[in-house]
Amino acid sequence: MQHVIVGAGPAGVVAAETLRKGDPKAKITLIGGEPEPPYSRMAIPYLLDGNIAEEGTYLRKGAKHYDALGIQYVHGRAESVAPAEGKLKLEGGDQVPFDRLLVATGARPIQPRVPGIDRPGIHGCWTLADAREIAKLSKSGSNIVLVGAGFIGCIIMEALASRGGNLTVVEMEDRMLARMMDATGGAMMRRWCENKKIRVLTGRKVVGVEADAKGPGDKAVALDNGEKLNAHLVVLAVGVRSNVEFLKGSGVKIDHGIVVNDQMQSSVANIYAAGDVAEGPDFSTGGHMVHAIQPTAVDHGRIAALNMLGKTAHYKGSLIMNVLDTVGLISSSFGKWEGTKGGESSAAVDNDRYRYLRLEFDGDHLIGALGIGMTEHVGVLRGLIQTKTALGDWKRKLLADPHRVMEAYVARSQV
Amino acid sequence: MAWARNVLRVNLTKGTCKNEPLNMEWAHKYLGQRGLATKYLVEETDPKVDPLSPNNKMIMATGPLTGTCASTAGRYSVVTKGALTGAIACSNSGGFFGNEMKNAGYDMIIFEGKAKSPVYLYIENEKAELLDAGAFWGKSVWDTEEGIKAKHQDPLIRVASIGVAGEKGVKYAAVVNDMDRAAGRSGVGTVMGSKNLKAVAIRGTLGVPVRDFKRFMKVTADAKKVLADNAVTGQGLPKFGTQVLMNVINEVGALPTRNHRDIQFEGAKNISAEAMAEPRKGDGKPNLVTNAACFGCTIGCGRVSTVERSHYTVVDRPQYQVASGGLEYEAAWALGAATGVDDLNALTFANFICNEQGFDPISFGATVGAAMELFETGVITTKETGGIELKFGSAKALTDLAELTGKGEGFGAEIGLGSKRLCEKYGKPELSMSVKGQEFPAYDSRGIQGMGLTYATSNRGACHLRSYTVSSEILGVPVKTDPHVTEGKAELVKAFQDATSVVDSSGLCVFTTFGWTLEDIAPQIDAACEGGWTVEKLLEVGERVWNLERKYNLAAGFSKKDDTLPARILKDAAKTGPAKGMVNGLKDMLPKYYEVRGWTSEGVPTNQTLERLGV
Amino acid sequence: MQKSLHIDPGKCTGCLQCELACSFENENVFNPAKSRIKVFRFHDIGRMVPYTCTQCDEAWCMKACPVEAITTDAATGAKVVSDALCVGCKVCTIACPFGTVNYNASTGKVMKCDLCGGDPECAKACPTQAITYVDANWTGLDRMRDWAAKTDSGARASA
Repeated sequence: MQHVIVGAGPAGVVAAETLRKGDPKAKITLIGGEPEPPYSRMAIPYLLDGNIAEEGTYLRKGAKHYDALGIQYVHGRAESVAPAEGKLKLEGGDQVPFDRLLVATGARPIQPRVPGIDRPGIHGCWTLADAREIAKLSKSGSNIVLVGAGFIGCIIMEALASRGGNLTVVEMEDRMLARMMDATGGAMMRRWCENKKIRVLTGRKVVGVEADAKGPGDKAVALDNGEKLNAHLVVLAVGVRSNVEFLKGSGVKIDHGIVVNDQMQSSVANIYAAGDVAEGPDFSTGGHMVHAIQPTAVDHGRIAALNMLGKTAHYKGSLIMNVLDTVGLISSSFGKWEGTKGGESSAAVDNDRYRYLRLEFDGDHLIGALGIGMTEHVGVLRGLIQTKTALGDWKRKLLADPHRVMEAYVARSQV
Repeated sequence: MAWARNVLRVNLTKGTCKNEPLNMEWAHKYLGQRGLATKYLVEETDPKVDPLSPNNKMIMATGPLTGTCASTAGRYSVVTKGALTGAIACSNSGGFFGNEMKNAGYDMIIFEGKAKSPVYLYIENEKAELLDAGAFWGKSVWDTEEGIKAKHQDPLIRVASIGVAGEKGVKYAAVVNDMDRAAGRSGVGTVMGSKNLKAVAIRGTLGVPVRDFKRFMKVTADAKKVLADNAVTGQGLPKFGTQVLMNVINEVGALPTRNHRDIQFEGAKNISAEAMAEPRKGDGKPNLVTNAACFGCTIGCGRVSTVERSHYTVVDRPQYQVASGGLEYEAAWALGAATGVDDLNALTFANFICNEQGFDPISFGATVGAAMELFETGVITTKETGGIELKFGSAKALTDLAELTGKGEGFGAEIGLGSKRLCEKYGKPELSMSVKGQEFPAYDSRGIQGMGLTYATSNRGACHLRSYTVSSEILGVPVKTDPHVTEGKAELVKAFQDATSVVDSSGLCVFTTFGWTLEDIAPQIDAACEGGWTVEKLLEVGERVWNLERKYNLAAGFSKKDDTLPARILKDAAKTGPAKGMVNGLKDMLPKYYEVRGWTSEGVPTNQTLERLGV
Repeated sequence: MQKSLHIDPGKCTGCLQCELACSFENENVFNPAKSRIKVFRFHDIGRMVPYTCTQCDEAWCMKACPVEAITTDAATGAKVVSDALCVGCKVCTIACPFGTVNYNASTGKVMKCDLCGGDPECAKACPTQAITYVDANWTGLDRMRDWAAKTDSGARASA
C-alpha cells in the first residue's frame, strides 16, 4: 500500500504517524512545500517574541524522527492530481504514485487586492520565511502597520509590539476578533490594546500602499478615510484561503475547502483531506465547515489516516475553539458562543479587571462560551459542550454566576 | 520567612489602605496572630476606649505558620476590644480565609476609624481597596459571600463578613468566613459592624515560604503522624467531632442545663454526636452528612449537617434545605442543654442562623436560657417577649429567637444584648451566667473545678479556649487530674493558659494539643521562622501574651473583683451526678493562681514579672 | 504494572494538604493557587472532590501540542510538559476537556500533573487516603474515562 500525504503541517504529520502505527509495512510519503522540517505556524509568534529558536517551532524534535518511522519526507509542491491513475504531479514535473492520497495542504494568507500591495516590506505572518523578514524590519522605533485584527493579527500583536515598534492595527470589521468575540469582548480587547500603546482602527479599509518619501518609513498605508499611515513594515493578517487550486480537474468537490464526509474522505474515493484545507463535519451545527485550528487538524489527520488504513473511524465533528494571547490578555471561545435561537445566556463582565465570561445554553446543556482573562480550567468549556452534559440544577447556578463553570463540570461529572 | 513581614493598615475614616513592614522586634517577642495583634492593639489604642467608637481598632491577624502545610495551619484571629465584654477580645477562626490572607502577603490587617457608609475591603494580592458595600448591607453572611464572589467573578475568593446581627449591634456578633467558620466570641463582629465594614474579601496567590523547607517538611510530617496516631485527634474528633463530649460531659455531671440550674440534661443523648449519626425517623438520613476539615487540617473535626426537610423550620425555605456547618459541641450545648431543648433539627437550624447572620451561638443560646429563666420566674412575660412563650425546652421559642436576633428585631434585639445586660435590665443580674459579660461555654465548673478558675481568669470573659483544663480533668491529656479537687489547678490553669497563648499566636488550631505538646510544635515553628524557637522560648511568649492581655484589661478598668463567677456556681450546689453537692472552689484557687502568675494578691502583675517577661 | 492516582471523594475532608504538597513539590512554596490538583468543595451538599489529570492514554493535550512539548513518561505513563519546549500557546488548555492543564502566567508555560515522576506528593500528603497511588487496574477511573469517551471526537472510539 502506498500512502501519500501532501502537506506537512500538523494534520499531515499526525496522519503519517498514525499510518505508520497502523501499518508497519506501508510506503508513506510526506510532501512538504517549504524547505524546513515540518513546523508549527502556531509557534511563529513565539519565535518573533524571541522565546524560542526556529527549531522550537518544529512539530517533532528528533532530527531523524521521520526516517526512524520510515516516513519519506520530501520537498515539493503539488501541481495536479489524477485520481484514476493514482498519480500526484509535483511542480517541476515529478510524478508521485499513490494508492491513497491525503490532502493536507492547509491554507495561505489572503492578499488584499489593492495597489502597492507588492511593495517591499509587506509580509504575511505565515511561514518561517515571513518571520525572518518581519524580524528584520520590526526594530525599535520602526512604524508597523498590522492589517487585520482577527485571530492571527491579535496573536502576533505581542510579538510585533515587543520588538519595540510603533504599532497600528487596521481592521475592516467594526471590532477586533469579530469571528471569536462579541461586541463586549471586542471592546474590552481594544481597550486593553490601546492601554498598551497600540493604535487600533476598526471599520477601516486599506485602499493602497504608497511610497512615502517623507518617512521615516519608506511607505504609507492609505485608508478609506484618507488617512495615511507611515510604515517601515506592513504585516498582513486579513484571513486565509485553502490551498486547493491543484485539485482543479480532479473531480474532488470543493466548497470553502475540500468537502469531506465523517471519514475525512473527499468526493473521490481514494482522496482524503485533513486540516485547514478540509471542510469537515462541524460538531455544533451538524453541517460542514473549515475549522482552521490545531486540535481539528490533529483530529482530522488521525481520523483520515485510520480510514486510509481501512479501519473505519467516524468523526463526530470538530468543535470550533480558539485561545489566544493578545499582548498579555488571554481570551478563548468555544462552539456557538453567539448562542442559538431560543437558548439562554449568561454573562459576567468586569471591565476594570478585563474579565469576561459568556456562556450560551441550549436547553439543559452548554453549546458555546467565550472568555477573557480566564486561564484556569478553561478546557472544561470544551468538555461541557462536547459531552452535552445535562447541567440540571447547575444551569440555574451558572445563569447566576457563569464563573462557577468548573464547579459545575466537576459536580456533574464526579460527584 | 513564614511571616509575610507585611501589614496592611486600613483607615476606614480616610478610606486608605497602606502597607507597612511588620514590626519584627515584636514578632520575635509575640510570635504572631493573637500575641502580636494584641501587642499592636495595646500600643495603638487607649484601653479605656469605647469598643464601638471609631477609636477602637480591629485587627485580623495570621500566625507565622498560617498558610504552610503544618497540620491545621490555616487560622487567623480577630483582635479588638470586645463589644460584649469591654475586655481584650481575641476570636480565632479556621476555614480558609486565614490562608488566603497570608497567601495575599499579609500577616495582619489593621482596621482603624469608621467608614462613612458601608464598605468592604477587597484584596487581590498586593492590590487592596475599599469598595462600596451598599449592595451587601442588610444581607446575610451567606448572601454576602456569594454576592462578592459573583461580583468579582471569582469563586475562589475567600470572604470574612458580618451578617445583619453585626450591623444591628447584637453584642456578640461574629465575623464569619467560608460560610460557617467564625471568629465567634466577645462581639468582634459587633466592632466590625460599628466600623461600617461589611466584609473582607481576599484572593491570595503569592505563596508562603518557610525558612528551612527540608526540615519543615520532615518535622511537620512527624507531627502529623502524632495526630494521626492519637486516639482523640486521629479517631474521636474526625468521627464524632467535638460533639463526642456531649454524653461524656453529661455523665460526669458537668453539663450546664437550663441556665445552670441543673448540671445534667435528660435530653443530652438526643443532641449528641451519636444522635447526629443516627438515621432520622422522618427521612431515614442522619443529621450528619460528613466531616470536613479547615485549611491544612489533618484532623477534620468539622461537622456538616442538614435539617430534615419536613421540619417546621425549613419547610418551603430551600436556602436552609442544604448541608452546612453543623453542630459543634459548644453550640449544641448552648442551643440545647442551656435552653432545655433537645430537638436536634431545631438546634441545627438555629446554628445555621447563627452562621448565616453572624452571631455567637454560645452567647446566644446561653442568653436565651437566661431569658427563659426570667420568663419562667415571671420577671418577663409575653408582653416583653412579643408573644413568645419563652419556656425551657421550647424549640419554637429558640428558633424564632434565633431568626429575630439575627436580624436584631423584636425581642431578638434584647436577646442580642447578651445575658448580662438583659438580666440587669430586668433587675436580675445574678441570673446571667457569665464572667466579664461573656457567657459560659459548655462545662459546669462545679463538676470540673479547674474550669471555674479558667473562666474567672480568662482575659476575654468566660471561655473554655483560654485554658481547656477539661483536657486534663476529664480526658486525661496530657495528665489526668481529679475534676473535683482544687489543689494543683492554679498551676494547671497557668500552664494551659500559657501554652494556649502560644498555639493561638502560631497559626495552629488549639485542638492539636490533644495530641501535641509544645515539644511537637516548637520544631515546626523553628523550621519555619528564624529566631531559634525552643519550647522554653515559646512558653515565655505564652506567658508574655497572657500578661500583656491582663495589663490591657486592668488598664481598661477590670480588677480582681471581676475575676469571679456567678453566685449560682459558687453557692448553689450541683443537684445530681458525680459532682452532686459541690460548688466551685474558686476562692481556694484564685490566690494561688495570682501567686504562680507572679501577680500581687490584687491580681496585678508585679513589676518584676513584667520586667522578666519584657512586657 | 503502571500506577494511577485513585481518588475517592467520599473520603476527602477538603483540607487541601494535597494542594500544599503539590505546590511545594513543583513551585517550592506553599500556594494552592499553583497546585496541579484542586479540591472542589460543594458546600451545599457537603462534598469535597479532589480533581486532577488522569493521564489519559490518547491525551488531548499531548495531541494538540503543536511543538511536541507534552510527551508520555515511559516509566509512569504521565503526560509531562517540557518547560524547555513549551512555547505557551495554550492550545492544550482548551483541548483538554477536563480542564486540568492550566496556563501559568508567571512562567509563560502551561502546567499539569506529572505524577511527580512516580511518587505523587498529593497521595502521600492526603491524611484520609482519599488520594492514593495504586495499580492502574484498580483505580476505578472508569467514571472519568467514560467522560473521556464522550468528548472523544471519534478517532479513539474505533481505533
